[in-house]
Amino acid sequence: MGIRKAITGAQAAAEAMRQINPDVVVAYPITPQTPIVEQFAAYVADGIVDTEMIPVESEHSAMSATVGAEAAGARAMSATSSQGLALMWEIVAATPGLRLPIVMPLVNRTISAPLNIHCDHSDVMGVTTLGWIQIFSENAQEVYENILLAIRVAEDRRIQLPVMVNQDGFITSHAVEPVEIFDDAAVQSFVGIRSLERSLLDTEHVRTIGAMALPDYLFEAKRAQEEAMGNVFQVYKEVGRELSSITGHAYPYFETYRLDDAEAAIVVLNSAAGTAKVAVDAMRGRGKKVGLLKPILFRPFPYEEVRAALENIPAIGILDRSMSFGACAPVYTEIRSVLYELDTRPKVQSYVFGLGGRDILSTEVEAVFEELLTGELDSKRQRYIGLRG
Amino acid sequence: MPTLQDIALKTSGSAAKLVSGHRMCAGCGIPVVLKEVLAASDKPVIVINATGCLEVTTAVYPYTAWNTPWMHLTFENAAAVAAGIEAAYKSLKHRGKINGEVNILAVGGDGGTYDIGFQALSGALERYHRFMYLVYDNEGYMNTGNQRSGATPFGASTSTVPAGKVSPGKPQWRKNLVEIAAAHRIPYVGQSAVHNTLDVFKKAQKGFSADGPAVLAVLQPCTTNWSFDSALTMQYSRLAVETNFWPLYEIENGIVHITSKPTNRKPIEDFLKGQTRFKHLFRPENQHVIVEMQEMIDDEWDRLVKLEASGVRF
Repeated sequence: MGIRKAITGAQAAAEAMRQINPDVVVAYPITPQTPIVEQFAAYVADGIVDTEMIPVESEHSAMSATVGAEAAGARAMSATSSQGLALMWEIVAATPGLRLPIVMPLVNRTISAPLNIHCDHSDVMGVTTLGWIQIFSENAQEVYENILLAIRVAEDRRIQLPVMVNQDGFITSHAVEPVEIFDDAAVQSFVGIRSLERSLLDTEHVRTIGAMALPDYLFEAKRAQEEAMGNVFQVYKEVGRELSSITGHAYPYFETYRLDDAEAAIVVLNSAAGTAKVAVDAMRGRGKKVGLLKPILFRPFPYEEVRAALENIPAIGILDRSMSFGACAPVYTEIRSVLYELDTRPKVQSYVFGLGGRDILSTEVEAVFEELLTGELDSKRQRYIGLRG
Repeated sequence: MPTLQDIALKTSGSAAKLVSGHRMCAGCGIPVVLKEVLAASDKPVIVINATGCLEVTTAVYPYTAWNTPWMHLTFENAAAVAAGIEAAYKSLKHRGKINGEVNILAVGGDGGTYDIGFQALSGALERYHRFMYLVYDNEGYMNTGNQRSGATPFGASTSTVPAGKVSPGKPQWRKNLVEIAAAHRIPYVGQSAVHNTLDVFKKAQKGFSADGPAVLAVLQPCTTNWSFDSALTMQYSRLAVETNFWPLYEIENGIVHITSKPTNRKPIEDFLKGQTRFKHLFRPENQHVIVEMQEMIDDEWDRLVKLEASGVRF
């Protein structure tokens, strides 16, 4: 049993970082990630952690210095949102190729323009092809636990890849919830200490890190990266089981909610899954058989397991909090792809909602369920929730 | 003070930190600069290399010419990566995970320093990380074929600002990186040139031993894109100093000291002659550009001498 604290999602991320007590934290403030950095800076100022913290001059330098620290053998962390992620994109892209297990909380916020500080997933969906493990969190409790889990998955010898732990800007990052914080000693024993076996600072074993690879070698390096991504499923399960012994919680690739006998299902990431659960309960209360699938591990994507969970559902609505302009929305693309292997495929409908922080109401989710139950779906046309005109 | 022979011995055999087999152009001064600087450290050196000539020619997988820990990330962030390494070094030492002392050296060309890496450099200097930043300055983007940089001198023809029928080449003077670095109130900034081994070595020693960030700017004539005989690299470096085009000086704890004063300043034409990038300046219609350049150089030199004489702290 842990201690229940009334904290925000941002503070939950900072609590995880406090317990991890990384060797190095490098960050640049950006709304709505700022409270993570501020909270952690306060821990440093009060000597609660003894991390070397570098308050850099930009996100580009934030990720560059994080990479430098990790290459030197440190356990290094950063955190960002939106424009910050966009500015550090170049280094975010370089990190998996260098096989550096950086863990970074990402507080999801829309990408300009227009300028807007509120939640959608256009930041993270712009980086899902780069080779970071992507984990999504519905609430502050999941943020906290997913960060702890991520450290061990990232640093496992079979993986050595970076992880982003996503939470919704403001909705999760700034809303106060009860969060159960587990025993410091138990968590610290779980996260352990990062191995120095690849450290640049080991002057007895001189290393060249970040060499150029031309057409004769680059392809193999990228293939090795893909192999490591494939190993994530097994490691995620193993590490999850270990973390369960502290938290009592399970760490599935995705969560299903009242899905078993459902005639219609919704797939949605992060905090909107909470809203969808309320809608599911309301619909079930009226005798409608509906359910939810909430992806958690989004990269790598567990196609087989999601297929098994969805194959018997007649109608599925996929709710995306971002668009892929001129193409299918990102989560919808994955679910369509999941279903391709089936002889008899469910009907699917793509919905886009909540861009730039627009609220989604449980009654709007109920309306989606009603639409799914009518079967009047068009898999080729994207529909919108809560949009004017 | 070591002799040239002492320094040479530190750059060869098992002591060599940058070894033969790299792919730099014949006549290139960059490996000379690196050997001079690395020889000046009495501790193992961790090198962080910005994308550029030095990087692409010394670490092409599966080969490396580095016999010292070396890392490359991207073009504009060597100073930020060095900051992360310094933080890791401090943290891991504090936590008893590593022992021993190291020096941290970030290296970039002028493109990765004056231009695209300027912000990361300024941030790292202001935060006072203990590292040395070395810029080997060949006055343009030479790795990719002579494009203009903030270090390209007035009047030079580059592929992005070529001299043409109506253009005499680059219309602006270059940034003064040394003074900009000194304005961060850091303990040591030096300006040197590749031909003067003792000067580079001494300044690198001071940089490595500074209690805070240090910046060392070393002129490195590019045989390929300044386009001169590859046997003449050291001669052009010397001429840059003898014409006051590139004075050798340092700013130590804010105090300016000129480390080499030419007794008879040579005319700038002596440096310009024979370089393809300045060839157009010798056409009659461009004579005024050379005159203007000479005035700029003399003005800057006068100012530098006055700064030194004043003893005013940067």
